[in-house]
Formats: sequence, structure tokens, C-alpha cells
Amino acid sequence: MKMAARPELQAPPEIFYDEAEARKYTSSSRIIEIQANLSERALELLALSDDGVPRLLLDIGCGSGLSGETLSGNGHHWIGLDISQAMLNVALEREIEGDLLLGDMGQGLGLRPGVIDGAISISAVQWLCNADKSSHEPRLRLKAFFGSLYRCLARGAKAVLQVYPENLSQRQLIVSSAMRAGFAGGMVVDFPHSSKSRKEYLVLTCGPPSLSAAALPKAKGEGESCSDDDSSGDEEAQVVSVSDRHRPKKRQKLNKKVKGREWVLRKKEQMRRKGNIIPPDTKYTGRKRKARF
Amino acid sequence: MRLLTHNMLSSNIKGVSSGFPLRIEVEKVVEKQVEMNADFLRNMFPKIEWKAFAYAAKALGYSDLPEEADSSQLNSQDFLQKFHHALLELHLEEGVLICPETGRRFPVNRGIPNMLLHEDEV
Repeated sequence: MKMAARPELQAPPEIFYDEAEARKYTSSSRIIEIQANLSERALELLALSDDGVPRLLLDIGCGSGLSGETLSGNGHHWIGLDISQAMLNVALEREIEGDLLLGDMGQGLGLRPGVIDGAISISAVQWLCNADKSSHEPRLRLKAFFGSLYRCLARGAKAVLQVYPENLSQRQLIVSSAMRAGFAGGMVVDFPHSSKSRKEYLVLTCGPPSLSAAALPKAKGEGESCSDDDSSGDEEAQVVSVSDRHRPKKRQKLNKKVKGREWVLRKKEQMRRKGNIIPPDTKYTGRKRKARF
Repeated sequence: MRLLTHNMLSSNIKGVSSGFPLRIEVEKVVEKQVEMNADFLRNMFPKIEWKAFAYAAKALGYSDLPEEADSSQLNSQDFLQKFHHALLELHLEEGVLICPETGRRFPVNRGIPNMLLHEDEV
């Protein structure tokens, strides 16, 4: 199956996520499930203290509010930011509980310093690597975004940004911009050996080094064999490594269907009776071919 | 948009040093009932700029909030109830947010403030 083309390469986000695209985020159960899983995992990586107190979280690139629903489901209050009016309209229809802002994260987040308890972002930050207008400079937009994110987060608060960088240099650009803004942390890669279920989370901690000394959370599906994972993506990765000679079963099946010497002799006899010229029967007639053939 | 969000928002225009608080022009306000959570209110209280908060509540037509508040009042159920109502139940549905320094107007439609900046404001 051909992978769908990256949306980042098709059009700027405010145009790509039009009415039709936004509609998918309410109608497609597959998209809804993927988004829910991603935000569930992002919230897990955010590692908010487990005291039952609702927090004020930020959802960057909230879209139709699917990820926000996970936040609300866990009792948190949230503010969502998105650049696509169509997606926000869908969010309104879904009657999500958070507040929505129409804004461009590349212009920086207009929020007061130190007020947000945590931030998540699902599949949004890689958009910043594109220059969709002549005034866009990815480096500056990333700088504005991470700088303003660092400022608005409370000390010790975390940001978990799930990203789909297109290549190594995009990944480096995103991570280095985050580090330059003052964040500590790095990439957590879930299912690194699978092409489909591989997911990258940039886990950032805001504040003095003593607060961020804690090691990065462990990624899923790393180290141990992937076979216990139920997603189909891992099977795909395994098939690649199986070499041809370990597939004898297919050959055996074929052999069974081949007709034997007796069948050949019978047919030849039939043809002779019809008067056709048929070569004589020898020891070579209907002989099995050698395996190497 | 709730006043919780208004209290966090500031104008992001290039060169603006004090973009907070955004002034409010009200066209329509709606109220939505939300369950009160005292822990959340206590947690949020130190982060709220009270003066701006009281101003915003007044702009939305709710003037029961005191001008000044300190953390000792958080034990009063009556205060918490008012705080909760103003913070989470009042929504600015239609209106305009105005940058205090430049007077730039950010329209609010269907409860969503349009904070997109023009190219020359970035």
C-alpha cells in the first residue's frame, strides 16, 4: 500500500485543513482512534503528579479537539490553539470543554509567563519546518514558538510534542531549537523498529537543571522483540528480514499439484490411440526434475 | 472564551511590552454550568492577575467579585463560588479583544478569539 503523502508537502495548514479534511476528524473512526492513542500517550509522558488536582494545560495544534477530549477526560482544563478555522468549527460542533484560540504557533504564543502547567501537541510542530509564505523563516518561527512556550510554562512544567519530522535534518532543527530556548529533554521514540507504529515524542522540561535531571521516560516497544505487539506495523517490519530459503512451505505445496509419471504415460497412450505421433516411453518420461532446477 | 483564558492571554505583537490585560468589548455573553472543583481554584489562584480578572468579569456584566483578593479568602465557600463562576462559567461568545498598547482589535467569533497577526506585526 502506498503511504499517503505528507500533508506538510501539499498546502499550508490553514488551507490543507479545510472543511472536507476537518470532516474526517469527526467521521473517520480510524483517525479518531489514532489521535486518541497519541494524546493518551502524550498525557502519560507529561507525567503530571497524581494528586487528582485538575491542571491548566495547553494543546498546541488542537484541531478538532480530539486530543483535548483526552485532557478533559482526565479532568484537566485546557486551552487549544490552531491555525485552521475549519478545524476549530468542527471542535465547536463537538462541544469540547476547553477554550479555543485561532492563532499561529510560529508567531509565538501570546500567553502570560509561567501560567501553564503543561503542554501537549499532536502532529503539529513539524509544520513549522515549512516556509509557506515569503515572510516565513522556519528557524525564526521555531525560535518564536519554543521561546514563547518556554516563557508561558510554569517552572518544572513539561511539554510533550508528538512530531512527524520528515527527515533527520528536520528532527535536528526541531530539537536544537527547543534546546536553544532553554528546554531540557529529548526525543522518546515509541516502537522504533516499526515503520508504521513508530512515534516520536519530544519531551521537554522547563526550568532549572535540578528539576529536569530526571531521565527521559522509557519508550514503548524498544529492546524486546516486537512480536508481542498487536499492531500490524511490526509484522511488516519482520517480513523484510526473512530470507527466501526459510520459506520451504510454498514449494512443497506446488509439488503436490504436479501430475506424476503414471498420468503422463496414460495421456501419451491416449494420444497414440488417436493416431498422433508420440515419442516413445523411456526412463526419462515424466521424470522428476532435480531440486536445483 | 472563558475568563480563565482571557487572564492568560496577552497581545503578542512585535514591540509591545505590556500586552496584558486585553481590553474587552462585549457583544454577547453566555453562561455554561460547570462543576466546581475547589482544588483547581486553589491551584489557579496564585496565577490569576486579580485586577485584570475583576475588570474582565465586570466587563462581562458580573460585578460580585471583590476588587482585591488574597489567598486567605480561599477558605470561604462564598468566595470560591464567585471565583468559580467568573473564571469558568462566563463565556465571551461574541466581541472584541483590544491590545492595551496598540489598540489592535482581535475579534471574537463564536467564542474563538482570532489571535492571528499580520505579517508586519510578527
